[in-house]
Formats: sequence, C-alpha cells, structure tokens
Amino acid sequence: MSEVFRDAWLIARKDLAIEFRTRSAFLSALVFALLGIVIFYFAWDSSAVSAIDLAPGVLWVIFTFSGMLGMHRSFGVEQPDRGIDGLLASPIARESIFLGKALANLVFVVAVQTVAIPSVALFYGLPLGDIALPLAGIALLAAIGLVSVGTLFSAMAVNTRLAELLLPMLSLPFFVPIVIPAAQATAKLMSGRPVGDAAPWLKLLLAFDLVFVVACALAYPFTLEE
Amino acid sequence: MSGHISSNVSPFCTGRARVSPFPLMQNESGAVVSTEKLGRAFGRRKAVDDVTLGVNAGESLALFGPNGAGKTTLLRILAGLLKPTSGFARIGDVRLPGGPAVRRRVGVISHHTLLYEALTARENVEFAAQLYGVRDFRGATERALGRMRILDRAETPVRMLSRGLRQRVSVARATVHNPEVILADEPFTGLDMLGAAALSDLLNGLRSEGAAVVLVTHNVDEGLALATHAAIMDRGRIVAIEAASGIDRTVFADRYRQLVSNNE
Repeated sequence: MSEVFRDAWLIARKDLAIEFRTRSAFLSALVFALLGIVIFYFAWDSSAVSAIDLAPGVLWVIFTFSGMLGMHRSFGVEQPDRGIDGLLASPIARESIFLGKALANLVFVVAVQTVAIPSVALFYGLPLGDIALPLAGIALLAAIGLVSVGTLFSAMAVNTRLAELLLPMLSLPFFVPIVIPAAQATAKLMSGRPVGDAAPWLKLLLAFDLVFVVACALAYPFTLEE
Repeated sequence: MSGHISSNVSPFCTGRARVSPFPLMQNESGAVVSTEKLGRAFGRRKAVDDVTLGVNAGESLALFGPNGAGKTTLLRILAGLLKPTSGFARIGDVRLPGGPAVRRRVGVISHHTLLYEALTARENVEFAAQLYGVRDFRGATERALGRMRILDRAETPVRMLSRGLRQRVSVARATVHNPEVILADEPFTGLDMLGAAALSDLLNGLRSEGAAVVLVTHNVDEGLALATHAAIMDRGRIVAIEAASGIDRTVFADRYRQLVSNNE
C-alpha cells in the first residue's frame, strides 16, 4: 500500500513540476476566477441581495469552473508524446496514477482557492477573521471531492476529440452533491452562525468525499481499457 | 526466404539460445517473449491475426512490414498496453497484460518519445528510473544518458532538444532499469550516425547480457544488423521468418520492397 502512495507522490511531483514551469493552467484558472469575481460584483444589485447571500454562490461557481481548467490539463500533459504510455508500461499500480493526478489537481485547486477566497471577501466586504479556518476546511473538503470526480472524467475525456466539451458535461452532474453542501456550509459560516450549525452539511460533504475518492480510484483502471 | 509459421511451434527454438541469466523469465519452451495464436481486432479489422512466435533470451527479432501491417499493435500487446482479442502473449510464464513484476522487466521504446517536454532530459530519465523502482536512480540515470552519449544535454528541457536528441533521451528512459525484454518501435527514428551507433551498441550489449529484443523497423540494414531473427508482417500476419544469419540481404530487401509496393 505504501508503494501506491509513494508512486502517487512521484506522479504528483512530476505534474506539479511541469505546471510550475509552464504555469499555463494555473494562470488561466486564476484569471478566470478573478474575472468571474469582478463580473459577479458588477452584476450585483446590493439593494436586492445582500453580500452574505450572494458570496457563497459566487465562491463555489468560481471554484467549480476554474478547477475544471486544471483538471482538463491533468491528463492533457500526457498527450503530446504519449507520456501516459510510459506510465502504463511501468510497474506502478494504475491507482497510483489516479491518486498522483488527483493530488496534483488538489494542490492546483487549493492554490486557486487561496487567491479566490480573500478576493471574494475583499469585493463583497466580508470579514474573514473568525471564519477563515473553518472556511478553509470546507474549501479543502470540497476540493477533494471535486478533484476526485474531475480527475476520473479527465482521464475518460482526454482521448476523445471533444475533450473540452466532454469533461464539463460528464463532471458537472457529479459536482452537484459536493457543491451543494459546500455552499450551504459556507453560507452558514458567512452569516455568522457557529460551526456546529454547518456540521450536518460538513458530514454530508465528508461522506461524498469518501465515496467519490474510493469509487473514482477503483473506476480509473477501467478508463484505460482499449 | 521461406518459413511460414506453423501454428503451435515457436519458430525460434533453434537450439542457439544462450542460458538466460533470468531463469524465471523463461517459459517451459525457453522463450522469454512468446505469443500463441495472438490476435487483436479493432472492430471488424484484424490488426494482428493468428501470430505465434517466441524470442529466447539473448535473441533479437526484427519485425519488418508495410505501414498498417500490425507491428506496432503487436508491440503494444507485448508491452501490456493493449489486450489481445484472441490468443495470448506471454513474458516468461506470465500471460499479458501481466502485473508490476513483469512490467518491471520490460523496456519500451515507443514510436512516441514518452517524454515530458517541460522537464529536462535528466528529470525525464530520473522519473522513469523511480517509476521502475531503481534504487540508485541518480547513478542509473547518469549511466543511461552516458550510454546514449547525451550527458552534455542532460539539463536541457526536452522541448529545446532536436528530434534526434529527444530520441536518445527516450532510449535512455526506456533502458534506465536494464530491462530483460526490450520492445523497440522504430527506435532509430531521427537518430544521427552517432545516436544510431550508441543505440546499436546499447541493444547489442543488453542482448549479449541475455536480454530479449523485439525490434520494429523499416530499415532493413539496421534491422538485420541487430537481429538474430527477422520476420515480415503483412495484414496482421507473420508471412515470413528466418534466422538472420541465413538471410541473403539482397533477396530479403527485394522481397520486403515488393511487399510494401504491393500494399501501396
């Protein structure tokens, strides 16, 4: 078992090194996230909807779609010189490839969240002080679920001609059970409720995380069948 | 040239095979790489059809054939990247696609380089060495790059290397773990004379140490120079196979050319 995680770390480190050098996916996701925040801000009628009601939705729409940009690239980097064949011909477990890709995607999504959350707080005038830590926990839990599903569907979509279209079409329905509890828990925290009030949503989020991580890791080898 | 393959007999049980230093890798017939009535269809098209062959330790099989003959598909099955739709292939006693223990012993030089353009040559080879569980992965990388005479470009990102230099890195990547079976698909692509000589030395060296080599190429001279046996594939089938030592190169080249022109 430790070999699976060791090999997963190898792959994640390789993917992060590539992303760190090219920065293409991170920069585009970041620009997308910031543009989204600005557009939502200028479309917002503060007399009709309060910032506390709007901000959780804005946050999770942005996370969902900006994260997808990175996930699409996840298996895209394997395509030009068929690096994926090198991975598949090597003795590592197929699950390691999935976990490594998912881990790299997780770092990517968390990096985008690290910039996006303070930006949303800044634009909508939300004090993050007391809720920063629990909000980071929710963001991390949701990111785990999102990258599990996104990584699996990225592997499925990458060999198709319509990968850019197929990935969101496949992923978005499965993102819903993650985004709903995450947005609900975020709304509770932002409206000043104690963390305990968000506990049922957090439990649901945790349950979906467990199901999606295990199911996607087990399903991944089947996406490789030719 | 003759020698249509009979269905169940390994054509390479010639008694010339050396004793393998990897006895576990040989199956009961002595072959390290073997196939039995192997077939692979894509829809209704048979890319590989009823192929039976065997390659012993220390032997090298050069596979020739026109485009679309099924050579690459055969190699991908042997690499565990494709599942056959009929028959089977084995590495040693293990039926492919096999598991990590088998894949650890195989080196794949693909038609593609299998490299990551953003990483340097050294990082690519080190990454492969780690994937294959090579303990001294830094030392192994140094040796592999040295063998392919590309140490001076080790720190260059692959995207900045020419096609030929990338191919050298790709070969270093595929052989960094000293594989016992080498599956090479057009390994001379893009190589200059120095690179081709380094590759020939490497393959001959590994073969003399007991490795089995399956080589796909269009270049008759290069293929026959490296091979102990040569085979021609056409429309998924092996239509001829013979020990390289007994081959009249001119006749072989003529027949191969004729086959290719018939397919055009």
